Amino acid sequence: MRVDEVPQDNSATFDGGRKAMYALGEDGKYRLVPSTGWEVEELVTSAAVAEFKAQADAALARARAGLTAPLEYHMYARRMDLQTLAQSAGLMRWRVRRHLKPAVFARLPDKLLRRYAEALGLSVDELRRLPPAP
Amino acid sequence: MQSQPFRHSHAAHCESGVMSSLLRHQGLDLSEAMVFGLSSALIFVHMPWVKVGGVPLTAYRMLPGAIIRGLQKSLGVRMRTHRYGNAAEAMRDLDRLLAERGAVGMQTSVYWLPYFPPDMRFHFNAHNLIVYGKDGDEYLISDPVFEHPQRCRGEDLAKARFVKGPFAPKGLVYYPVALPSRVDLGSAARAAIKRTARRMLMAPLPFVGVRGIRLMAKGVEQLPDKHPDLRYPRTYVASVVRMQEEIGTGGAGFRFMFASFLQEAAELTGREALREASELMTDAGDSWREFALGAARLYKRQDAADFPRLAEQLRVCADKEERVFRLLLRAV
Repeated sequence: MRVDEVPQDNSATFDGGRKAMYALGEDGKYRLVPSTGWEVEELVTSAAVAEFKAQADAALARARAGLTAPLEYHMYARRMDLQTLAQSAGLMRWRVRRHLKPAVFARLPDKLLRRYAEALGLSVDELRRLPPAP
Repeated sequence: MQSQPFRHSHAAHCESGVMSSLLRHQGLDLSEAMVFGLSSALIFVHMPWVKVGGVPLTAYRMLPGAIIRGLQKSLGVRMRTHRYGNAAEAMRDLDRLLAERGAVGMQTSVYWLPYFPPDMRFHFNAHNLIVYGKDGDEYLISDPVFEHPQRCRGEDLAKARFVKGPFAPKGLVYYPVALPSRVDLGSAARAAIKRTARRMLMAPLPFVGVRGIRLMAKGVEQLPDKHPDLRYPRTYVASVVRMQEEIGTGGAGFRFMFASFLQEAAELTGREALREASELMTDAGDSWREFALGAARLYKRQDAADFPRLAEQLRVCADKEERVFRLLLRAV
């Protein structure tokens, strides 16, 4: 990649920042060149963000209908999946899956709720609630 | 050691950038590319049976921590590291270390650092940054993948240092305590190149090195047969591109950074073959960028016919890298 080939695509995912890329200058030597983004990278990054968003939205709808616990919504809203949440809370995956059932979640002891709240960076109160409907 | 004011440098990758800056702060001037090359951090690994975020693990560099460890071996730099049982203790000790040393490296999560762009905040726990001061409740941060220095509140930094899960940082801080009295960069570079070339060509594991690239090509080719609805295949190829470009690799999954290292190694050793290898590596890197472009096109078009073409692009990368590393083995 030559310096003039370094993409400057103003990616929204960079939020105005620039990333350092290695590229060949006219003297044939490598140097670091700041890049405002590449559309290829922006596409795959936004796709990953959108996937979490879609999962959070779906979980929110199900939680409002009483089909899943608020925990599932908060998990996706924090860009986690079952595995990540289980690891961050230090619990087995099957236990987390069980805690996603509304009836089980409603009866969770404070100790476990605090563990989830800590992993998700929420208060126990926030963990129990869903965001207000628009 | 001394305490001259710390200078922030923009780098492509977090761990190599942190080590380059920390060493320069102590008076050993090494570029990020040299740090990366000398620690033999370049690799290719593709493990179809290990799933990360639901897709196979694909890596263009060695495990987190390999650069810090590799540099100690390669140059004889001595580092001191601390891990902590709890955040309060770790933050107290950070203030003490800052007063003593002026700058320390540390491992954190990406997700819990508020200064990251919202779209870049994912749960990756092996990010590296330098803390070089404190202003009220805010720590002054030199994060190499950012163009300018950042600030982070103590509470947020503590959270980022004590996430649980894979690569849990446990508050890890590190700093150089002794530099080698003399450094023979030329011979260190040759030894490092030999290690990397051997790993890329001769690792007795079919998922490592050039064979790993070909294994991934085969996997990509078979994707539409195994998953006709293409939902999973699209996520698969997109995540490979993220590992290659998004995470701060300097472009083409560290291949351009490595080519830059080879150029410096050629200067140091006077070996023309290293210059030629650098050019070939640049060419291989350009092919990786074309692969990424092809993957993006595939992601958009969702046409099963695109997969064999994408696999072919990967085989081109594999062939080109094989040439580079064979040449390197002969040259060092």
